[in-house]
Amino acid sequence: MAWLFGRKKSANSAKERLQLVLIHDRTDLTPAELESLKDDLIQTISRHIDIDPTAVTINVAHDGRSQRLVADIPLRNVGRRRGREPGRAVG
Amino acid sequence: MTARVVTIASGKGGVGKTTSVANIAVGLASRGQKVTCIDGDIGLRNLDVVLGLENRIVYDLVDVIEGRCRLRQAMIRDKRLPELYLIPAAQTRDKTAISPSDMVRLCDELRQEVDWIIIDSPAGIERGFKNAIAAADRVLVMTNPEVSAVRDADRVIGLLDADEKGPAALVINRLDPVMVKRGDMLSVEDVLDLLAVELIGIIPEDENVVVASNKGQPLALDGKSKAGQAFQNIARRLMGEQVPFMELETQNLLQRLLGRK
Repeated sequence: MAWLFGRKKSANSAKERLQLVLIHDRTDLTPAELESLKDDLIQTISRHIDIDPTAVTINVAHDGRSQRLVADIPLRNVGRRRGREPGRAVG
Repeated sequence: MTARVVTIASGKGGVGKTTSVANIAVGLASRGQKVTCIDGDIGLRNLDVVLGLENRIVYDLVDVIEGRCRLRQAMIRDKRLPELYLIPAAQTRDKTAISPSDMVRLCDELRQEVDWIIIDSPAGIERGFKNAIAAADRVLVMTNPEVSAVRDADRVIGLLDADEKGPAALVINRLDPVMVKRGDMLSVEDVLDLLAVELIGIIPEDENVVVASNKGQPLALDGKSKAGQAFQNIARRLMGEQVPFMELETQNLLQRLLGRK
């Protein structure tokens, strides 16, 4: 009957919540720490290469019981970067 | 004889460790195995009442370790099965009364005498848990299909890996197939997906568990109830048998009478 009222199955909520909780339990990394790691990463990488800070994502992925940190850092167009003075942020 | 030492742990309390230890031990003993169970929950002993042996305690685990009695004297023989014994926990002491190396020494001595040593770990991840896993060849981690129990089980599984006591084998207790079907309880697949460990048993929710503990007669003794059979199956799997997981009932009485699928 649950589908009639569009109620979300509670088992699904349990699973989704646990997925997040377990990642943080296993890595001892809070969401706030992950966010600050992301900021540091953006700063460091920006010193060497031009990236779009707003498009950076960083996540903890798991394969069985092992965890890995996965960062997706899109680069800005290299052709445009060459003509620019170093250090100046783009738009 | 060289016993295998199996510890049952969970992190969270109240998920059914003691009931499982009693019933897995009964399952093994009813297959002709010589089994000793050890209550590792010093200060909060309960395996004695679940097994119905509370009136026969003279010596306990701490008495053996502190040398007040011989090992044999602390082993209470269960009269219902030929080779089932219990070493009870001390009730008036605490977990610091023994150390992990005490447990290793005790189990080494006991290994010569029996086929299986089944240890009931206390809840938590502190000293009592460390004592309980110190001598283990294999650890079964028990959980219920419920967020707090799964989270604690994950923590225990991680600690066992770090302690090189892994990989743990999982027992899911109190599964209600009707609630799972309705989408209101984590399924076996959900739990395995989250914890990523090997499964060794699924125990359905069964009110006979309470009746059995009221009487001090472990369910697995008669083996008619669903939960009793599920515990017997864990014992068989521990002995190396390939036993398929039971089909769990999701129909109510009316549906069954009408023969609906």
